Amino acid sequence: MSLPSPYRRPEAVHRLAAVLRREITRPWTVMEVCGGQTHAILRHGLDQLLPDQLELIHGPGCPVCVTAEAAIDRAQALAGRPEVILCSYGDMLRVPGSSARTLLDVRAAGGDVRIVTSPSDLLAIAQAHPERTVVFFAVGFETTAPATALLAHQAWALGLRNLALLVCHGRVPPAMEAILAAPECRVQGFLAAGHVCTVMGVEEYSPIASRHGVPIVVTGFEPVDLLEGLLQCVRQLERGESQVLNAYPRASQAAGNGAARALIERVFTPVDQTWRGLGVLSGSGLGLRPPYDALDAERRFGTIMPRPAAGNETDPADPASPCISGRVLQGLARPTDCPAFGGHCTPERPLGAPMVSAEGACAAYHRYRA
Amino acid sequence: MDAFACPLPPGGAATVLLGHGGGGSLSQQLIDQLLVPAFGPADGVLHDAAVLPAEEGPLAFTTDAYVVRPLQFPGGDIGSLAVFGTVNDLAMVGATAIALSLSLILEEGLPMPVLHQVVASIRLAAQRCGVPVVTGDTKVVERGKGDGIYINTAGIGRVDHGLVIGPKAVRSGDSILVSGDLGRHGVAILAARQELGFRTELHSDLAPLQEPVQALLAAGLELHCMRDLTRGGLASALHEIGRGAGLGVLVRENAIPIAPEVDAACELLGLDPLAMANEGRFVLFLPAAEAKRALELLRRFEPSAAIIGSVQGDSVLLENSLGLNRRLELGRGEQLPRIC
Repeated sequence: MSLPSPYRRPEAVHRLAAVLRREITRPWTVMEVCGGQTHAILRHGLDQLLPDQLELIHGPGCPVCVTAEAAIDRAQALAGRPEVILCSYGDMLRVPGSSARTLLDVRAAGGDVRIVTSPSDLLAIAQAHPERTVVFFAVGFETTAPATALLAHQAWALGLRNLALLVCHGRVPPAMEAILAAPECRVQGFLAAGHVCTVMGVEEYSPIASRHGVPIVVTGFEPVDLLEGLLQCVRQLERGESQVLNAYPRASQAAGNGAARALIERVFTPVDQTWRGLGVLSGSGLGLRPPYDALDAERRFGTIMPRPAAGNETDPADPASPCISGRVLQGLARPTDCPAFGGHCTPERPLGAPMVSAEGACAAYHRYRA
Repeated sequence: MDAFACPLPPGGAATVLLGHGGGGSLSQQLIDQLLVPAFGPADGVLHDAAVLPAEEGPLAFTTDAYVVRPLQFPGGDIGSLAVFGTVNDLAMVGATAIALSLSLILEEGLPMPVLHQVVASIRLAAQRCGVPVVTGDTKVVERGKGDGIYINTAGIGRVDHGLVIGPKAVRSGDSILVSGDLGRHGVAILAARQELGFRTELHSDLAPLQEPVQALLAAGLELHCMRDLTRGGLASALHEIGRGAGLGVLVRENAIPIAPEVDAACELLGLDPLAMANEGRFVLFLPAAEAKRALELLRRFEPSAAIIGSVQGDSVLLENSLGLNRRLELGRGEQLPRIC
C-alpha cells in the first residue's frame, strides 16, 4: 500500500495556492461540505495559504456531528438491553445523546457495545451469538450506505433473524439544498464531497447548481485535490458561472458506482430525517424498503424506544447552553465565534457535536489551530 | 535466545483454578513447579522479602501495571511487556535495572499452557536485560473478573551517572531525537484484536531500551531528558515534557520516522500515528551540538532513529510537509476509528 504522495507534493500545493491568489479579484465564500475536507484543510494548514478574499465555510458533512440526539438516545436504549449487542463505527461511540451520556458510558455501565470497521463484521457476530440480537447503528452518508445495504441484503438472504438495523444514514444533496434555502445563507459556491460522488455520481448536483446559481466542484481530500477544487470554484465565481465540475476525476465519474447505487435503491428509499443543527430535512434520510424493513430495529424494538418530547424532534439547542453548534453546522458561524470554544467546550468535554468527532469543524479548529 | 524449557511435566490442572491463589497446596504447586524454577534463588528457599546487596550511590525505583488484550501479539506478549516496560522506565532516568518484583493476577480458567508461556517469556526478557526477578505474588480472581492475566512489576535500578535527567533539565535550543520509527505497537495490537479490518504483518516494536541508553551515557553525552513513548505516543510525551520544562517544541513531520504500513493503517482509519503507543521507542532531548553523535549511537540499535526537531518558543508545534506550522494535538485517550 502506498500513499497518494503526488497529491501532497509541496511544489504542487504552493504553485496552486499562488495561482489561486493571483486569479481571485473579489471576496468569495465557499463551503466545503464534507468534514473530511475540513479536517484535511486544517491538518495540512491549507487555510494559511489561501488568499484573504476567499472565505471557507465548513459544512455539515460530518455524519457523527449531524446524527440527531434522538437517534443516539435510541441507540443507547438498545445498547443497554442485556440481549442486545450494539455495533457501530468508532467515532460514533463518543457522541452525547440528549442526556450527555455516550455509547462509551453505556459500555462502561455493562452494555455490549462493539466497534466495527465494516458492516460485514455483523454477519459473523450475529452467527456467533444466535441467542442475542445484534444491532447495527448505521450512520454516515452515501459513502457508507452501500455497505449497510449489502449487510441488509445478506442478512435477509441468509434468513438471519437476530440481526437488526438502526438506520440513520443521511443524503448530502438535500442538506445542500437546505443550506442554500436558508435566508441568511452566505454560500456562493460548493466543494462537493468526492467520495460521495464516487458512489452517487454528479447528476444530483446539476439541478441545485442551476436553481441556485452556485458553482459546485467535486473535490477530493488531499492538499492538491482541495486547492484544485477551490481554484475551479473561484474561476467559475469570477466568471459568473454555476456549473457542476469534477476536480476529482481519478476517483469520481459522472455516473458514480452503478452497483453501489443499485444496491442502495434496492434496499432503501428516501425518507425525511432530522439533522442535528439543521432540523428535519425532506428526503434527507434513508429508510428500509420491504422486504428489508423486517430488519428495522425501530420496528422490532418500537415499544422500548425512547421518543423525544413533543416538539423536540428538531433538536433545538438548549437555550441555556452557550454552544452555537447549530449555527456552525449551517456555516453561519465559525467555531471560534463560540464563547465556549476551547474553554467550557473541548474534545474531552464537548458541549456540541462538532467538537466530538475528529471531523467536526470545532474539533478540527481546536486540534490544529495554534 | 535460549528457549525456556517448561520445568513442569504437563499434568495437574489444565487451567488456573481459584485454589491456585488460595494459599494451599495448589498455590504451593504453582510456586514450586512454575515460579521458583523460572525465577527462584539457587537454593529454592523463599522468604517474605528479598534482601539486596547495598548499592553505592542513588537508586531508581519504578512500578507499572500491565493489561493488554490479546495476551500474545505479534512481537511479544504481556510477559515480555511487563519486564521491558519497567526496565525501560528505569532506563529513562539512565538507570540499569538490578531487581524486579512480579505480581501475577490470574483469572480462574486461564489455560495453564498460556500461563507457562507467559512465565517463560518473563524469564527470557529478564535474562535479556540481565535483571533477576527477586520477589513476587500470585492472586487468582473469579472467572469473568479479569482479562486472563494482569501483571504488576516494580523495578529497582542503579544510577551510575551524575546527570539530572528530566523535563527540568531541558533547555531552549536542545535537539529532539526519537530512537526509532513510531506507532508499530499500537497498530500491531489493533491488528491482533482484528479491529483494523485488514491484515498486516506488522510486529510490535517492544524492546528493552537499557542498552541504547547505556551507550549514550557511556559516550559521555549530556542527556537532558528521555521518555519512553508508550500510551499517548510522541504527542503526549512532547506535551508533558514541554509543560514540565516550561518551553515549547517544534518538530518536523517530514523528519519523524513512520513505517509505510503504520502510516497507511492510520491514514485509512483516521488515527494519528504520533499518538499511537510504542513499547520500544523513546524520545531524547540533548544539546544540539551532541545530536549527531547521539543519532549515530541510536542508529546502531535501530536504523530508523532520527533527529526530529528542537526546543523553541512556548507551544508544541508540528511543521508539516508543506512547511506550515500547526498545533500538535495531545491524544485524547482511546483512539477510535472514524466512519469515512
